[in-house]
Amino acid sequence: MADITITDTVDITDVVCPVTFVKAKVALEELDDGDILAVRMNDGEPVQNVPRSIKEEGHKILKLDDNGDGTYTLIVRKVGD
Amino acid sequence: MALTNEQIERYSRHIILKEVGAKGQKKLLNAKVLIIGAGGLGAPAALYLAAAGVGTIGIADADEVDLSNLQRQVIHATADIGKPKVESARESMEAINPDVKVVTYHEFITSENILDIIKDYDFILDGTDNFPAKFLINDACVMAKKPFSHAGIIRFKGQLMTYVPGEGPCYRCVFKEPPPKDAVPTCKQAGVIGAMGGVIGSLQAMEAVKYIIGQGKLLTGSLLTYDALNMDFRKITLPHDTSKCPVCGSNPTITKLIDYEQAECEGTGL
Repeated sequence: MADITITDTVDITDVVCPVTFVKAKVALEELDDGDILAVRMNDGEPVQNVPRSIKEEGHKILKLDDNGDGTYTLIVRKVGD
Repeated sequence: MALTNEQIERYSRHIILKEVGAKGQKKLLNAKVLIIGAGGLGAPAALYLAAAGVGTIGIADADEVDLSNLQRQVIHATADIGKPKVESARESMEAINPDVKVVTYHEFITSENILDIIKDYDFILDGTDNFPAKFLINDACVMAKKPFSHAGIIRFKGQLMTYVPGEGPCYRCVFKEPPPKDAVPTCKQAGVIGAMGGVIGSLQAMEAVKYIIGQGKLLTGSLLTYDALNMDFRKITLPHDTSKCPVCGSNPTITKLIDYEQAECEGTGL
């Protein structure tokens, strides 16, 4: 895979479900088709649910990195306008 | 205009919906809805629209809060008795949601003032309790090309329909003119079950929200009736012959607003 250029980053480690997904969704809505969003989230419930919800909205999950500090960074490509 | 963190949290259950999202929520925040009548129908509609974050809500009613209103007009409290209904409604809406700008009209809607009042709004809710007001609102909305929700409630029954210019019949297409004075009892004479305003007024708020976010099918071209005792909802398809209606038809004969005479005990705001 070619290098990924992150368009925008959102941190959802300070909120709980469902605002976690909602904040990621709002950030995605601000982007254009093909843009890349990095989402930093806590282990546990967010990692289980947020990627799935984003996928259900039709966006493309590129990868999920373990930051080693109890958080993960999800890389998503926006699909659609 | 980006949503603030507080707005993202407040409207999270909206934003989560595919049909709404941040885009739809912003449409709501930019929308202007006028509610005519701060009574049984207007009370729940105003509460839900304020909670939904409709940015500007106009509310028109000439009456003051009366003890007998409180059985159904849930936007007013016992301590509000004697206060103009529009003031009491404004306080309730602002208490729910500081995002909302409330504009009050403490006056009766007449042929003289209605066009000026509705001109700034995207959608109008008819929450009045009398036929002269209902025909006036219909005719004014047709003339000013404004979408509106009609509703009426009495005893254990309610009905509503939505008019969108060019997309179906208006209220006058269906109900030609007001019935003779005193032929139909008012809610004051006949009574109305309190929750009926909650059901039908909430459906009016739902129509307004759907219109604003541009999702789903509206009650254009159909009348929804609700019979609470039999728990029956019926959706009746309405005919629309544009050649015939005296106000929205192709050859309108009603080109000026009419102030019909009201039965004596009627006021606005069922």
